[in-house]
Amino acid sequence: MRLLNLFKIATKAIVLNKTRTLLTMLGIIIGVASVIAMLAIGEGSKESIRTTISAMGSNMITIKAGADTRGGVKQAASAMETLTLSDYEAIKSQSTLLSYSTPLVNGNGQIISGSNNWPSTIYGVNPEYLNIKVIDLQSGSMFTDVDVKSAAKVALIGQTVVENIFPDGQDPVGQMIRYNNIPFKVIGVLEEKGENTFGQDQDDVVIAPYTTVQKRILAIDHLNQIIASAINEEEAPNAVLEVSKILREQHKLTGNQDDDFYVQSMEELISTFSSTSEMLTILLVAVASISLLIGGIGIMNIMYVSVKERTKEIGLRMAVGAKGADILMQFLIEAILISITGGVLGVLLGLGSTVFIEKFLNWPTSVALYSIVISFAVCAVTGIFFGWYPARKASALDPITALRYE
Amino acid sequence: MSKAIIKIEDLKREFTMGNETVHALRGISFDIKEGEFVTIMGSSGSGKSTMLNILGCLDQPTSGNYDIDGVSVKDLSRNELATIRNEKIGFIFQSYNLLARTSAIENVELPLLYNSKVSTEERRKRAIEALQKVGLGERLHHTPAQLSGGQQQRVAIARSLVNNPVMILADEATGNLDTRTSYEIMSLFQELNKQGITITFVTHEPDIATFSSRTIVLKDGDIMQDYNNHNILSAASELAKLPKQDD
Repeated sequence: MRLLNLFKIATKAIVLNKTRTLLTMLGIIIGVASVIAMLAIGEGSKESIRTTISAMGSNMITIKAGADTRGGVKQAASAMETLTLSDYEAIKSQSTLLSYSTPLVNGNGQIISGSNNWPSTIYGVNPEYLNIKVIDLQSGSMFTDVDVKSAAKVALIGQTVVENIFPDGQDPVGQMIRYNNIPFKVIGVLEEKGENTFGQDQDDVVIAPYTTVQKRILAIDHLNQIIASAINEEEAPNAVLEVSKILREQHKLTGNQDDDFYVQSMEELISTFSSTSEMLTILLVAVASISLLIGGIGIMNIMYVSVKERTKEIGLRMAVGAKGADILMQFLIEAILISITGGVLGVLLGLGSTVFIEKFLNWPTSVALYSIVISFAVCAVTGIFFGWYPARKASALDPITALRYE
Repeated sequence: MSKAIIKIEDLKREFTMGNETVHALRGISFDIKEGEFVTIMGSSGSGKSTMLNILGCLDQPTSGNYDIDGVSVKDLSRNELATIRNEKIGFIFQSYNLLARTSAIENVELPLLYNSKVSTEERRKRAIEALQKVGLGERLHHTPAQLSGGQQQRVAIARSLVNNPVMILADEATGNLDTRTSYEIMSLFQELNKQGITITFVTHEPDIATFSSRTIVLKDGDIMQDYNNHNILSAASELAKLPKQDD
């Protein structure tokens, strides 16, 4: 009852001083809005990095032949021929944490079709490659295990290849192309993926059965890589360990002999990028918090002036029976109302500018619910914290002095 | 004999200013009985304001006793004093002290906002009654800026009545008003007094005292005179005697 009355008194004071209240709120509004917008930008960029990496296959595991020393001479990893099909088969049959896996051989060459030609990379893989790399088909179909077994001369091509080899817009599916003078039948076109985070064109590829590439193009029988995907992101690090163990057995490495292969997961990449963007978010939020703090000091300032200005009113209220606590609550409620209303307006402005940033600047944003909750809580605390001192001062006034104050 | 609302016994109030002790009140004793209309007079420095502050429970005596409506004020806490002011005293000030940009009715409701025993409906009802009593029943929603000085003081009087106090305490209540309006206000005080309301009026204007039933004159912190007025002038008839104004 009494609190309700004090609430009414405080609201009345706020309504009577609209302009001043609004100006006081401005600091809080800007503070909250920037915290929300900054967090949205931070979260947005984090999410976009995550999706980019996910698009590359976030639970992807890459196994490469590792450096080795032969007769005291260190060899480059790419020169190694230690990764073989039997390694792949061992991994496939023994591992429990992998959902897909494929051998991978790759080479560079010129693609020719009619009067058009284009240099591109050819990847020799098995059908699971599409699942691991999360690639969709735009048209046509993937080759099958039968194609792999028979080393069929079929290929799928990426958008960049399509644009350069079939510039007139004809359907590439069913057409013949020549890769390093070996004829391939195009059986599918890959969905456009764009550039990856590192600026690599993911559409400049040709995909064919690994057997075909091994035998007919590269004339090798080792593998360049084995790529696989872990059953989920969390298990990726364990999958890396598991694969390493299988390969060590397979390569008969014992004791403290070094691995002659590399096993990498995308997880490491993700955490590197996430921590960069997290750092950025922290910085942005720190700046925004400072403006919130300044907003709070603004409230304290105005409340302090307001108490001075209304000294006589406080005296009167005390004369007619207001206790110190009543006066304290009145001004405290006023400060909290200002900061919370400012908080609400700030949230709205923050959401508004987030939409604006997303729409007109094309920055990825993502509003986290926690940012709203936190800024709101901070607002209430700001109101109490910065309203307390002036309110305390008001409540401690001597009624006689206050009444005489001019 | 009606009961004494105010009992003051050997009341002293001292202030320390630097190394000096100022004796504002030097042992004063008097009673105010229910239904009296007392003026407390004195020039500046007589202890009048100190007396007013103590009577109004805004200040406490250094020694001696002050009872209001059977409650000894001397040892009350700040909060207890606030409750006494809220329930037993109605204040009227020279400069009205109304809340700006706040309607008459809300100004009058003010003391009841600090009394949790009074409900919202009751509060509104009592405020309207009080404003009707002072002749402002038609101006409930006017703000002070829309009212004349006399009307503002009437709002203040209504505010002092709204909590049904045992005593109304007026501090130079006519000080800011012209003669005509002062007489109007004094006539209102006399009417209220006739209805049984105890009034203590602190002033330095001698002609105000002629409208009261008793006058206490202070000088240098002592009571110089305390007499009953046998020839109480009617403010209403004095008002009639004033030359007519061209409005």
